[in-house]
Amino acid sequence: MRLRYLLPAAVLVVLIVLFAFGLQHDPRAVPSPLIGKPAPDFSLRVVGADTPFTRDDLLGRPLLVNFWASWCVACRVEHPLLMELARQGVEIVGIDYKDTDAEGLRWLQRHGNPYRHVVADTQGTAGLDWGVYGVPETFVLDAKGIIVHKHIGPLDEDAWRSTIAPLLAGTQG
Amino acid sequence: MRISLLPCALLLTAITLRAAAQPGELTPQQAARYQALVSELRCLVCQNQSIADSNAPLAADLREQVRSQILAGRSDEAIRDYVTARYGDFVLYRPPFKPSTWMLWVGPFLLLAAALAFTLRFVRRSPRASAAPVDPNRLQRLLDEESK
Amino acid sequence: MIPELGHFAMLAALAVALIQFVVPFVGAWKREPRWMAVGASAAQTQFVLILIAYACLTWAFVERDWSVVYVAANAHSQLPLMYRISAVWGAHEGSMLLWMLMLTGWGAAVSVFSRSLPREVQAQVLAVMGALCVGFLLFMLLTSNPFERHFPVPEDGRDLNPLLQDPGLIVHPPLLYMGYVGFSVAFAFAIAALIGGRLDAAWARWTRPWTTSAWLFLTLGITLGSWWAYHELGWGGWWFWDPVENASFLPWLVGTALIHSLAVSEKRGLLKSWTVLLAILAFALSLLGTFLVRSGILVSVHAFATDPARGVFILAFLGVVLGVAFALYAWRAQRFVADGELALFSREGLLLLNNVFLVIAAAAVLIGTLYPLIVDALGLGKISVGPPYFNAVFLPLTAPLVVLIGLASVIGWKRANAADALRRLRWPALIAFVGGLALPWLIQQKLLLISVGGSMLALWTMIMALEEPWRRWRTRGLGGLTQISRSVWGMTLAHLGIGIWVLGVSFVSLYSIERDVRLGPGQATELAGYRFELERIEHFAGPNYDADRAIVTVTHNDEPIAELYPQRRLYRAQGSVMTEASVDHNPLRDLYVALAEPLDNGEWAMRVYVKPMMRLVWFGGVLMALGGALAASDRRYRLARMLREKAPIPGGVTA
Repeated sequence: MRLRYLLPAAVLVVLIVLFAFGLQHDPRAVPSPLIGKPAPDFSLRVVGADTPFTRDDLLGRPLLVNFWASWCVACRVEHPLLMELARQGVEIVGIDYKDTDAEGLRWLQRHGNPYRHVVADTQGTAGLDWGVYGVPETFVLDAKGIIVHKHIGPLDEDAWRSTIAPLLAGTQG
Repeated sequence: MRISLLPCALLLTAITLRAAAQPGELTPQQAARYQALVSELRCLVCQNQSIADSNAPLAADLREQVRSQILAGRSDEAIRDYVTARYGDFVLYRPPFKPSTWMLWVGPFLLLAAALAFTLRFVRRSPRASAAPVDPNRLQRLLDEESK
Repeated sequence: MIPELGHFAMLAALAVALIQFVVPFVGAWKREPRWMAVGASAAQTQFVLILIAYACLTWAFVERDWSVVYVAANAHSQLPLMYRISAVWGAHEGSMLLWMLMLTGWGAAVSVFSRSLPREVQAQVLAVMGALCVGFLLFMLLTSNPFERHFPVPEDGRDLNPLLQDPGLIVHPPLLYMGYVGFSVAFAFAIAALIGGRLDAAWARWTRPWTTSAWLFLTLGITLGSWWAYHELGWGGWWFWDPVENASFLPWLVGTALIHSLAVSEKRGLLKSWTVLLAILAFALSLLGTFLVRSGILVSVHAFATDPARGVFILAFLGVVLGVAFALYAWRAQRFVADGELALFSREGLLLLNNVFLVIAAAAVLIGTLYPLIVDALGLGKISVGPPYFNAVFLPLTAPLVVLIGLASVIGWKRANAADALRRLRWPALIAFVGGLALPWLIQQKLLLISVGGSMLALWTMIMALEEPWRRWRTRGLGGLTQISRSVWGMTLAHLGIGIWVLGVSFVSLYSIERDVRLGPGQATELAGYRFELERIEHFAGPNYDADRAIVTVTHNDEPIAELYPQRRLYRAQGSVMTEASVDHNPLRDLYVALAEPLDNGEWAMRVYVKPMMRLVWFGGVLMALGGALAASDRRYRLARMLREKAPIPGGVTA
């Protein structure tokens, strides 16, 4: 049999394998190009105060950086988990994205504050530099300030247990 | 239709004016560069529109970035690098030309060349009609011999 | 009750489909005439059953039966009747039922209009279509049943997506599906040929009208989709190289190659196994399109709601159907022997080149569409492939094709006469060259390389398309024109359509102007010599929406040209906002205004466009489809004429 007659069948097999892969992956998830790179610098201030807060304040220990907003519905979904993690001693820095101090503080008062520090990014400039395209998004930083993981969307138990907790534990000191 | 389009339908309609707010500040050449750039960058919120067409706040922010960077004198390539450093190659509607995309850019033309070469070979190999016309006398003689 | 009737009709149709699949196949194998005849009656019965199911779903929409899940998700008490009827195909489950209706419709048509086919061939063709019906019905009954009920019954429906509440929705999907599904007939003929091991000019002659008909519907469907997007989405764009648009364009490109390849196979008995492969490929790409839209693996404006189970089922179905088809092809296609010589400088040689360019262009579009998935699968990151890529690659691949179209009528079959051809080309080429330079200059006062090239190609194609009828009229008067067969008129019209399309695309892509403006009542803006003045804004309530309507007068040198009424609508049920653009059009230009949003001081943000020759893009498409309709209705395909031409052979099977 001439080989060229088998070509269409061969191409079909390759395509089916490709599509089978495609069915298991979310085409809309955008991976961050910042993984493995130092967290971008920023100079913001603490919510409700004039105290400055910069990237350097994130160094020295592994932590989570969570972009959230009072107008964000999905942030409420992950909030209970964040409160639980805070109770367990996980350090979470919250960056209030494109929000006002008043709204942000009111939201935290109503729902609880899991953040060790809350920082205001009212213009979204830090968000732009960190590659944020929606809230909530959570970044995992190691002690040296390198971004080791980015979670898009509300944080869930599975992601915490399988990916984020091990990363935090593995980058102690 | 439970499609992800619906929230974007809300954003589809409104067109922010920050881009056109100070038209006098961009020279025609810069305006052309601006238009070209913003129509080549994908809006990551809706993901089905360029930032030129999208009204998502992020799109507005990025348009503003492009505009101010053009005014600051940065090149098109520097601006694209700025955006891809933060959002990855996914944000470019024109895929970059790098090893992982060589097959994309070159592939179709390689295929065309291969197909044309194959076609030529196929045509050359196709059975030729006989060149010499049949001599009717000879044919008659052969047939007469056959019938004997 | 009625929805249950619909559901039952689908189950009955599945049973009939199984019969339609198995019995005629066995009948053809065993040469049992009565078993073979079952195919036709099964096809017609299935069509009636699916028609009943479809009518039941439509009834549920018209009567606003909110207990049916699908109806509640896609309609609303205030949704106007015509949209309630068209909402049937507004989402996944209902559009699958529409697909089934088309599939059984084509099957019934084949059973009625192919009585001159040898019985085994008809049996095998209908059996293949029966197999396809089985697959799709199983898919629907197992994963996408439109008749599912839910309790408690909601107070009201969630309304049809406002984007779909437009006249374009009423016609675009049915026409598109007629095309997609119509290629299944060519596919079935190809499989029948592979199984029977025989492919001759007669096979090509049977297949051609079915293929051309499917092609013309697809052409119309794509043209309408483009027109609809332009009016509905408010960006003034008419083609986005969106994955789902590409999914409809791919079968069109291959289908075009197929109708030309069939011409070669019918006329000269050449390219047989290639034609069979194209017939399989065209339908394969239709199936691929179905998969891409409904599986969620690509990011697209058009994608239906995604559900992994559905994606897996369609992929499995695709794999089985195409696996069998390509395996059959690998095994049996080598038997087809060419009936003669193929010279490159001949009409069949040119058509072969036409096929090469079309198929490679299709391959390029496929590669571009799937590349993000490939890169992701190989772990190389995530990229986007958008209009800049497709435009850059598609143009050079298809420009040579447009040159070839012009040569269609001057290069004859078998061996072409070079001298004769050159003589006939001289003047058209010259006129096209000069005209291509003149046209952009005269109309736009601006020469751009691509617009000049595009205009030259367009004029070349149009002049050469008309060259044949013109020559006949010159030599034989009106009688010469009436002697031209419908096939040739069809070709003339279709090629003329392409020329017009190329002209439209060249101008609208390069010379469109747009501007974002902010206008208050009484204020105006100028664009390309036209003055757009916002008179006032009115507020009114539609059946299921509340709208702000602007009245914009357009003048040119103080001459009134048009009044436009762009709207911004708030659909009450879902609370979503839509813009309705308003367009004034003539063949030379579109004037397009879309409302964006209200600003603080009574001003409105708007977008204003002037788009030269936008209408020609769609007019070209319509002409192509008309050409296809003419060609498909050529006398030599029609039953009665064929029967009259043949002396009846007692007890024999017609060849």
